[in-house]
Amino acid sequence: MSTITQNSAPLPSSAPIVKPTAQVRSWKIPITFGGFAVLSLLLFVGLGRGQRGELSTFRLSEGRDLIQLPEVALPTFVTGVFVAIVLVLLAAASAWLVYRHRKIPILLTIVFALLFLVGFLAWAASGSTIPVPGLLIGTVTLSAPLIFGALGGVLSERAGVVNVAIEAQLLAGAFSSAVVASATGNPYLGLLAAMVAGALVSMVLAAFALKYLVDQVIVGVVLNVLVIGLTSFLYSQVLAPSANLNSPDVFPRLNIPLLSEIPIIGPVLFRQTIIVYVMYVAVALVFFGLFRTKWGLRVRAVGEHPQAADTVGINVNRTRFVAVTLGGVISGFGGAYFTLGAVGAFNKEMTNGMGFIALAAVIFGQWHPIKATLAALLFGFATNLQNVLGIIGSPVPSEFMLMLPYVVTIFAVAGFVGRSRAPAADGKPYIK
Amino acid sequence: MKLELRGITKRFGALVANNNISLTVESGEIHALLGENGAGKSTLMNVLYGLYVAEEGEILLDDRVQKFAGPGDAMNAGIGMVHQHFMLVPVFTVAENVVLGHEQTTFGGRLDLSAARAKVREISDRFGFDIDPDALIEDLPVGVQQRVEIIKALSQDAKVLVFDEPTAVLTPQETDELMTIMRQLAASGTSIVFITHKLREVRAVADRITVIRLGTVVGEASPTATNAELASLMVGRAVELTVHKNAPELRGTALSVKNLSVIDVRNQIVVNNVSFDVQAGEVLAIAGVQGNGQTELTEALLGLQQHVTGSIELDGKPLRGYSVRHILDSGVGFVPEDRTEDGLIADFNIAENLMLDRSSGAPFVKAGNLQLAFRAKFAAEKITEFDIRSQGSEMEAGRLSGGNQQKVVLARELSRDLRLFVAAQPTRGLDVGSIEFVHTRIIETRDSGIPVIVVSTELDEVVALADRIAVMYRGEIVGIVPGNTPRATLGLMMAGEHAPAAEAAL
Amino acid sequence: MSDATPPAAPAPARPASGPATKDGSERWNQTLRDITGGSAMISLLAVLVALVVGAILIAFTNEGVQETAGYFFSRPTDLLRAVWDAVSGAYSALFQGAIYNFRANNFLTAIRPLTETLTFATPLIAAGLGVGLAFRVGMFNIGGRGQMLIAAGAAGYVAFAVELPAGIHLIVAVLAGLLGGAIWGGVVGLLKARTGAHEVIVTIMLNFVALYLIQFLLRTPGALQAPGSNNPKTPPMLPTAVFPDLFGPRYNLHAGFLTVIAATIFVWWLLSRSNLGFQFRAVGQNPNAARVAGINVKNVYLYAMAISGALVGLAGVNQVLGTLTTGFSSGIDAGIGFDAITVALLGRSKPWGIFAAGVLFGAFKAGGFAMQAAEGVPIDIVVVVQALIVLFIAAPPLVRAMFHLPTPGTTKKPRIRKTNEVVAK
Repeated sequence: MSTITQNSAPLPSSAPIVKPTAQVRSWKIPITFGGFAVLSLLLFVGLGRGQRGELSTFRLSEGRDLIQLPEVALPTFVTGVFVAIVLVLLAAASAWLVYRHRKIPILLTIVFALLFLVGFLAWAASGSTIPVPGLLIGTVTLSAPLIFGALGGVLSERAGVVNVAIEAQLLAGAFSSAVVASATGNPYLGLLAAMVAGALVSMVLAAFALKYLVDQVIVGVVLNVLVIGLTSFLYSQVLAPSANLNSPDVFPRLNIPLLSEIPIIGPVLFRQTIIVYVMYVAVALVFFGLFRTKWGLRVRAVGEHPQAADTVGINVNRTRFVAVTLGGVISGFGGAYFTLGAVGAFNKEMTNGMGFIALAAVIFGQWHPIKATLAALLFGFATNLQNVLGIIGSPVPSEFMLMLPYVVTIFAVAGFVGRSRAPAADGKPYIK
Repeated sequence: MKLELRGITKRFGALVANNNISLTVESGEIHALLGENGAGKSTLMNVLYGLYVAEEGEILLDDRVQKFAGPGDAMNAGIGMVHQHFMLVPVFTVAENVVLGHEQTTFGGRLDLSAARAKVREISDRFGFDIDPDALIEDLPVGVQQRVEIIKALSQDAKVLVFDEPTAVLTPQETDELMTIMRQLAASGTSIVFITHKLREVRAVADRITVIRLGTVVGEASPTATNAELASLMVGRAVELTVHKNAPELRGTALSVKNLSVIDVRNQIVVNNVSFDVQAGEVLAIAGVQGNGQTELTEALLGLQQHVTGSIELDGKPLRGYSVRHILDSGVGFVPEDRTEDGLIADFNIAENLMLDRSSGAPFVKAGNLQLAFRAKFAAEKITEFDIRSQGSEMEAGRLSGGNQQKVVLARELSRDLRLFVAAQPTRGLDVGSIEFVHTRIIETRDSGIPVIVVSTELDEVVALADRIAVMYRGEIVGIVPGNTPRATLGLMMAGEHAPAAEAAL
Repeated sequence: MSDATPPAAPAPARPASGPATKDGSERWNQTLRDITGGSAMISLLAVLVALVVGAILIAFTNEGVQETAGYFFSRPTDLLRAVWDAVSGAYSALFQGAIYNFRANNFLTAIRPLTETLTFATPLIAAGLGVGLAFRVGMFNIGGRGQMLIAAGAAGYVAFAVELPAGIHLIVAVLAGLLGGAIWGGVVGLLKARTGAHEVIVTIMLNFVALYLIQFLLRTPGALQAPGSNNPKTPPMLPTAVFPDLFGPRYNLHAGFLTVIAATIFVWWLLSRSNLGFQFRAVGQNPNAARVAGINVKNVYLYAMAISGALVGLAGVNQVLGTLTTGFSSGIDAGIGFDAITVALLGRSKPWGIFAAGVLFGAFKAGGFAMQAAEGVPIDIVVVVQALIVLFIAAPPLVRAMFHLPTPGTTKKPRIRKTNEVVAK
């Protein structure tokens, strides 16, 4: 009987085996680029807008700024033709790269997107002026609830619990912050109440997902319905008859000395409400917490491979419960934006689907706090662009501008923009 | 450290998984726990590791009784485990995986990974591993991943180390290295529990052997016991591991594969320029360690892979590039390697599973309508013919035992009009009785003049069934050799040496 | 996990002859357990608990209750009476608005609420069937709103802008609506099949796209906007394209209800008698095994989402051609697309279960409006009750724990889970 143990073959090296790879050609990016290039040819050149020498003016400073930047005026038609041609060339370049089995650098995509944006703005602003700081200030303001919601979603999903209930968390936060701030006369207590409300919604989500193993998407959807029903019921029954429960003070905008006078950046980032300032901190904290701390390592472990975490003594469900609850705290805080940061009173279903856009930002942002924040900013930008173009007289029907974030998201999940990989155990309950 | 289990009993409902098991492992000893699939080895180790709580019995370390509420307690007491399915987070680095659960932090809760890296380096140096602490787990080959598991256990100062079926994913050469590591560990005083069902390995490395069957200890043996003795202890009766078969009656080339390559979703070339023929009436076994392209090769034959180049011809007709439906209709029968995932629908009943791959036409479907009466009759016949132990054709497939599930798959595939039969890991996880049944059916299929491909990672199975053997390594066929080629040669080929070179090395 | 016998479940090899040895009393106990622990009982209790929670909400927010609570310790019975008045008033108004009006002077008037219930149930059943069908194929169609809007737009346009003979006009309008829904749903299936895009995200996004698209068309003359009007609203449907009333003009119930019965029968046939349905269910249970068995999973996703979209579209068609024929605006979906999810869950994705659940929720809706008018309890309470019902039904262990019911099929829990720290709030 021959035993294999006698052959002392040379030890194979334990260095990683690099398997031979072959580049499979994917035409998604060139097709997308091509589509946008054709679109820009049609819009910027074909429609002939601004052919009579109109100018598109970009205003870079606000009247009260210390440092005044000059306005930039571009000839609409020439800019449009230039941009369209460059976009066509870039699309051709990407097609050539794919044909030669080469990767398309991310820089190319960024340049393409920025150029299209400039071309589009110039085209839309033909004969009028776009207030750039106003456009961007509104972007940051409108993005705030989206970013809070997205951060809450990221935390929850990194721990392996799908959070479709962001809408419910925002709405619960908006409702309770309005009521508590009105009743106590203290808007800071309102912020606290918003966090508690968001946490409560999350705890229900976590309880049903982790203890009763109910499909997490279903719990999320039902929670949205439940919170919409509950807040609407209480609004009609309690808030509407007695107005003093629904008239909280709105947070004022606080200018941060010096920083708020930096051209463009100052007004955009440092003339905001306390809610936005907390948002900057929240983004940094969630990033740091998830990727630089022991707690974050464990949260990501239970979201990727709960069994591995269990075998090293980590309590999977407790870790998930805490992360989901914390996510609810953050999303709930974002809900306070609607009442204490903007409107000044609670209204039925006032979050109006923002929770779903935040969810889209989570996916578009590949479950990463910073990328999700950028995605939320993009959505906020699209919304505010529609507002601004509405004021200066947009050539595009406002409905199509409103559609944009959703269409972009569909393209994103369809993989044209980049494949999203969810945490491996996202949505799966852990059963030993 | 001395480990002692006394009278461990673990029940799942009515089923007794471990019945009054007692076991002693002395300090520095390699103690093999030998038993068939489903004998209760893994359950026992999960009790030891605190993942399950036993109904009766106690665990002692150095004669002190232990109470484990979870794996954390077991680890703190000095028990480490190298799991069969590695407990490593694929998107984490080696260092992150090693410190997970025992992280050190610096100011402000910051994770201190430099300490973790140092620890990984220190342990790898001690055992001569060459492991980069910052490599991502998913980029490492399985053999190296296993070493990370070992480092993980040792970094917690494990004094008792449990290896759960550690060789399943290794080449014979990697297995040898693992044995060396085990001896090294034992020499330094670590107690080792080595769980396996492979007789050869037990005899090569164990100091003592405990055999369990159906949840009960059936005996102890020393490494000097013969294979036959151990095998009969393990399965409870004298077994013959070989299948009775006559010389093949070859009837000409049926399947011809030329220059076949497969590229997977990560753009890796997983099958690289493979060519072979299969004659009608012979069994071609494809041997190799798990993950060397066998899975993708069979999937390519069935049209289940996206990016395939080269040619596949069955009876002169091309198959490559056609849909799974077309290939099945061309007479290809397929037993997938993961029957619960790919072979059956657990929530469907037996009858529904028996028609699963004939859902688009006669005899089960007429004018878009299911022929329920025909299906019931068919199912009743097959249940009898294939001896499927069940409560009738309405029973859900998920409630059948593994062996009976595999019989359902075989019944479905073999009742079609076949021109080629492909069976991937046809006996994985089955009990000995079912293995015999499956092997007999495969040989019957061969003898009826159908070309058969059997993919197996178990050398025993390959040797038992094959008329010819093709060995795969890193996506390539390193050689096609006769069925009676010595195991040692096959072992070298599984490590990548080409056939003539492997012969020469002996 | 490729291991065929995972350590967590070592009991699949139960011998076939085992259960035959049970004696009579044990079998009876088992039957009792199945009834008390089974899904019908759970559904009933879920409805009960949800109604109780609704009652608590009604009582707490009632002014009379709040007043009497102020002097609870001097006259406690006042509080109890106020609670009873508030809750019984609301729920009896709900019942009388949904089933049978006791105060009516003749039977034909008294039974009118029941026909209202069926009218409200009609779109709920149709959309519920769509969502339920997608569930059976393993997909979650949250896109009911978008599919309904597109279907309503398509059916509505044919109904008011195209002139055809009576009968044919109705059929063409219905088909246009179904096609619209099928396309809007099919896109989701296509994207999932071709690119792997998750249907939950895509359907949510397409809801908004459809909403803005319809809003745009509604304010565009020549598209959906009524000629000569500035409102974002369509003109009335032509009488030739409207579902006829089933029991004459005194009841709102229209022939759309028949289309929904037909749809229920169709879905039953599809899922349990047709080979396409077999493939649907196979993909829903285990897409990997289905693919290996030669089923074209991508096509199944496409067909299933198209049929699902068409069924949801039928709900939109019923809205514009049956319930609200005087022209519609972008709120025509009335939240039915989301209600349909709860209907499908309550009906456990089975055609006749969905039919029954749709009727129940139709009753809640019809009764809810009556309750709001008669007792001043906002109809939103009905939404809360519906959500709670589904939440409880989705978590049978919770309901069993509440009522100390046995777990069906087992005498003992198979394993102890250590999740005690997670307690339902």
